[in-house]
Amino acid sequence: MGNPVLGIKNLKKKFGDHEVLKDISFSVKKGEVVVVLGPSGCGKSTLLRCINALESIQGGEIFLDREKISGNVKNLHKIRQKIGMVFQSYDLFPHMNVLRNVTLAPEKAQHRPKEEVEKEAEELLHRVGLADKKDAYPRQLSGGQKQRAAIVRALCMHPEVMLFDEVTASLDPEMVREVLDVMLEMAKEGRTMVIVTHEMQFAKAVADRIIFMDQGNIIEEGSPKEFFEHPKTERARQFLNVFEFEA
Amino acid sequence: MQDLGISVLFQGDNFIRLMGGLWITIRISLISVLFSMIFGVILGIIMMWKNPVTKVITKIYLEFIRIMPQLVLLFLVYFGSAKHFGWDFSGEMASIIVFVFWGTAEMGDLVRGALGSISIHQIESGKALGLTGGQIYWYVLIPQAVKRLIPQAMNLVTRMIKTTSLIVLIGVVEVVKIGQQMIEAARLTQPSAALWIYGVIFFLYFIICYPVSVLAAHLEKKWKD
Amino acid sequence: MDWNFIIQYSGLYKEAAFLTLRIACMGIFGSLILGLICGMIRYYKVPVLSRITGIYIELSRNTPLLIQLFFLYFGLPKIGIILESETCAVAGLVFLGGSYMAEAFRSGMEAVDSVQTESGLSLGLTKKQVWFYILLPQAAAIAIPGIGANVIFLIKETSVFSIVALMDLMHVAKDLIGLYYKTDEALLMLVTAYLVILLPISIIFMFLERRLRFAGSGD
Repeated sequence: MGNPVLGIKNLKKKFGDHEVLKDISFSVKKGEVVVVLGPSGCGKSTLLRCINALESIQGGEIFLDREKISGNVKNLHKIRQKIGMVFQSYDLFPHMNVLRNVTLAPEKAQHRPKEEVEKEAEELLHRVGLADKKDAYPRQLSGGQKQRAAIVRALCMHPEVMLFDEVTASLDPEMVREVLDVMLEMAKEGRTMVIVTHEMQFAKAVADRIIFMDQGNIIEEGSPKEFFEHPKTERARQFLNVFEFEA
Repeated sequence: MQDLGISVLFQGDNFIRLMGGLWITIRISLISVLFSMIFGVILGIIMMWKNPVTKVITKIYLEFIRIMPQLVLLFLVYFGSAKHFGWDFSGEMASIIVFVFWGTAEMGDLVRGALGSISIHQIESGKALGLTGGQIYWYVLIPQAVKRLIPQAMNLVTRMIKTTSLIVLIGVVEVVKIGQQMIEAARLTQPSAALWIYGVIFFLYFIICYPVSVLAAHLEKKWKD
Repeated sequence: MDWNFIIQYSGLYKEAAFLTLRIACMGIFGSLILGLICGMIRYYKVPVLSRITGIYIELSRNTPLLIQLFFLYFGLPKIGIILESETCAVAGLVFLGGSYMAEAFRSGMEAVDSVQTESGLSLGLTKKQVWFYILLPQAAAIAIPGIGANVIFLIKETSVFSIVALMDLMHVAKDLIGLYYKTDEALLMLVTAYLVILLPISIIFMFLERRLRFAGSGD
């Protein structure tokens, strides 16, 4: 594993008077898969949104490739091209077919030639098992297929880091697996990923490192083995207990 | 220096006359609104009937009234009825008749929409709780329908008030006509009167309609689930 | 019913109908553009401009077109702004229609889930690209029923154009009633003319609306 790709220093985020992120610092190395866990409302989704500048931040700094990207409003769209993000709610563009969903940004934002982008898009769709769905519209897809297409859409931009915001939370249980498999595959390929999820088994399998958050702070950080088997803090133990029945 | 045209408004009893004209406008609106609301509720309920005959008749009535410009309807009643039925309506009477016919159609559609918008689920949960049909209507359907209906009905009222401006074109002496008389009378002494008088009438309509619109928007927001 | 009279004067109605349609088209086109601009200003809450647009929308929606036209046609010349009949009619229609279209576009844009904009941004598209490729197409589809209702409303409103001395349908009808006392014939042709103009348009929008509803807009 290489140099830090993503660095976050003393990040603070407030909604009005409410401090959602109090003082967050961590970094993600190249090829590393970091899973962020924590109870609802702990700020983990907000954290991802701040990294991608979908939320303004009230303090701290964010670095990508050692370059400070927070506060750099002018080239926001350039920076976002290097950060892929997949959301919880199905976010494919409903008025475009799957292929167009994937090729829009590479063509319009990165000005890459159409043929090249389409060729790559079809390859990627093939790899996630959606080769036959490239002409389908999002409404014709299942939830799992939509999320796989959304992942391809982000991948086609060649991002340096991928952010996943509870991408399986709205899925029917039988579709969760097909999406997680795609992500697992990506992890094996050595992609840099930051994943927010509630799927504990998946977190255990995919993560190189777990970050546990509560009430806007990072409470614990460590390898999945350490975290799941020997949590250091009481709060982490309580959190893991909630999932006991499920596991 | 040229006299400011607005002074026309304060010459003699001009202002009072203009207000008198405004009152005629408002009176016609109020009468039309009152009857439209009553007949509209009845029409809306009739439109909910499953009877194919009433369905077709109400549909044709509704579509014809809504597709015709209100001024055409005014012409039909004002010019047409006098000739055919020998009824010599005053312009004011013809206006009220047209606005009631039109207002009833619009209101009927709103009532039908409001009643139809309440989900079957609501009726079923009422039944599941052991409420009678009448009780379901009174405690479940009507309160929900009314909350949906009132803001829309208020918007209809502002539309009706704005539409009353048309009646000057069939010779009713109301606020616009009186304004025109003043402009005519001041043609030589204050040539710019037209700007001011029409400006004032513009704001008179605004002052009446705006509060109703604001209240309607407020209620709609407040009652939105 | 005097059919010869109808045949004799139907040409006048045809001319008047085309005049009405021509002005309505220009007015509606202008309304769509003004409405789109104002709708965007309201949606993005552009400082200052949003406030001004809000005032315009309230003024336009809470006053009758007839009075707006009187003001434009008879009032403005007093301060040296002289508009021709047709210009006046189009300007009045745009002033009125712009606010209605603005509300249709704004509510259309507001109805598009914010995650659509966010995922566009997170893909690295610029704000303009997100608006053009993602927000606008979806908002326009949602706004179609509202736009259709506005189009029909605006065409109906053209019936007051006779007051700015245009030979429109109402003007022709009124002349024929006044000159020849052919009330029935004049009114019949008037109603027919408006039906011929408005029925197809209303059916087209009904069809569009139904198609959009069945197509759905994804999840």
